[in-house]
Amino acid sequence: MAVQEAVVTTPLTVTVNGQERAEEVETRLLLVHFLRETLGLTGTHVGCDTTSCGACTVLVDGTPMKSCTMFAVQAEGRELTTVEGLEGAGGPPPIQEAFSAEHGLQCGFCTPGMMLTSIALLEQSPSPTDEEIRWAISGNVCRCTGYQNIVKAVHHAAAAMKEGS
Amino acid sequence: MVTNDTIGPRGRRSNRRFRERGGVSVYPATFEYFAPTSVDEALDTLERFGDEAKVLAGGQSLIPLMKLRIAAPSALVDIGRIDGLDALEERDGRLEIGALVTHADCEKSDLLRGRYGVLGATAPLVSDPIVRNRGTVCGSVAHADPQGDWGSALLALGAEVVAQGPDGERAIPLEDFCSGPFMTALEPAEIVTSIRTADPGPRAGGTYLKLERKVGDFATVGVAVHVSLDNGTIGRAGIALTGVGPTNVKATAAEDALAGAAPDDDAIAEAARLAAEAAQPLDDVRGSAEYKRNVVRVYTERGLRTAIAAAQS
Repeated sequence: MAVQEAVVTTPLTVTVNGQERAEEVETRLLLVHFLRETLGLTGTHVGCDTTSCGACTVLVDGTPMKSCTMFAVQAEGRELTTVEGLEGAGGPPPIQEAFSAEHGLQCGFCTPGMMLTSIALLEQSPSPTDEEIRWAISGNVCRCTGYQNIVKAVHHAAAAMKEGS
Repeated sequence: MVTNDTIGPRGRRSNRRFRERGGVSVYPATFEYFAPTSVDEALDTLERFGDEAKVLAGGQSLIPLMKLRIAAPSALVDIGRIDGLDALEERDGRLEIGALVTHADCEKSDLLRGRYGVLGATAPLVSDPIVRNRGTVCGSVAHADPQGDWGSALLALGAEVVAQGPDGERAIPLEDFCSGPFMTALEPAEIVTSIRTADPGPRAGGTYLKLERKVGDFATVGVAVHVSLDNGTIGRAGIALTGVGPTNVKATAAEDALAGAAPDDDAIAEAARLAAEAAQPLDDVRGSAEYKRNVVRVYTERGLRTAIAAAQS
């Protein structure tokens, strides 16, 4: 841009994957760029960048939200979970195992968002029907799988999580 | 799995490069950010900035506009931290939807069934599930997109927008609120604090039918229908259309034709014809004007049957 814009910053404290992070951020910084660029957590993807595809989905206090359509400052005091936060001490989480076992991905670009949306669904509905799963992931676009194997993967994860609990 | 440790260093290096360039990725123009904890405090800030400021709630309409710099407010007043704006409750037979009530809140609420069926049917058809977790009903109405679903649902049911400004509170009938596409009667220093519906009537039902190309798309056509019964005949009917005019269109002639009529096939067919006549569709990528007008007719007919059956049950 020809005109140099003023930089307006504000302090921000959020909990990301269980860890408190305090940074000085530009007010206009989008949450997805805060996660990817300020914190280096590049598991959260920028897909369409127009609130359509869900690749940037993260959990805000446990609820899926599109981090490309939220300012970082709006997350002040909230608990965020990104795909990096799904990994427990015991290795890959059941949802990741399930996507792998059922071939619920090909290129993998939508997978972080798909997994986070699926986790939030399984929290509310531990044994979802096909229809519930398709409804829940209808804001997450996948251009590879045709969704069949994603639906299978969510069922697979549901069964594994019930067994594990 | 790619872990934090493996991507961390590369992420940090690229971040340094961004900083050397003068900042990280940003699309929206710079703005001052305020997160007041009371409506009064929010109003003070709005008064100070006049029409340079915008109110931010869920941001699902405003942030996309700011990313494209179609909107470039110099101040954002985030009302998300104000207590008491998230109530969804029935008071004196009318539903009150607070400024922070999300589409998802409405989708899950048992209150929005039965007499408020037109609202209950609309909630799950707004955008997609993730957007619904964040976007608000009041924000959607204040955005005044002619393709907004809530505008039609609330016009059909009857509603007023409750706004607070420096001179106190006023209630604006929804018919007078939207003055054109993306234009409202709201003053720059006013905040929508809630939307209050009309009393739907003791025996009432409603529904919303939306034709969309895919989940998350705007309506090709949407038809909202609300019917209240009075001793077996139609007491009041509300019909409003989405996506077929410069604002949500209230099909007044169709409503008038139904008032006092027996809820039979002839009345339904005539109302559907009048609703189609009230539509002002344009040819576009979603369909021809002729097609959309016919969808209005068919959806009005279907919607009336559903609404009447619900009111009779």
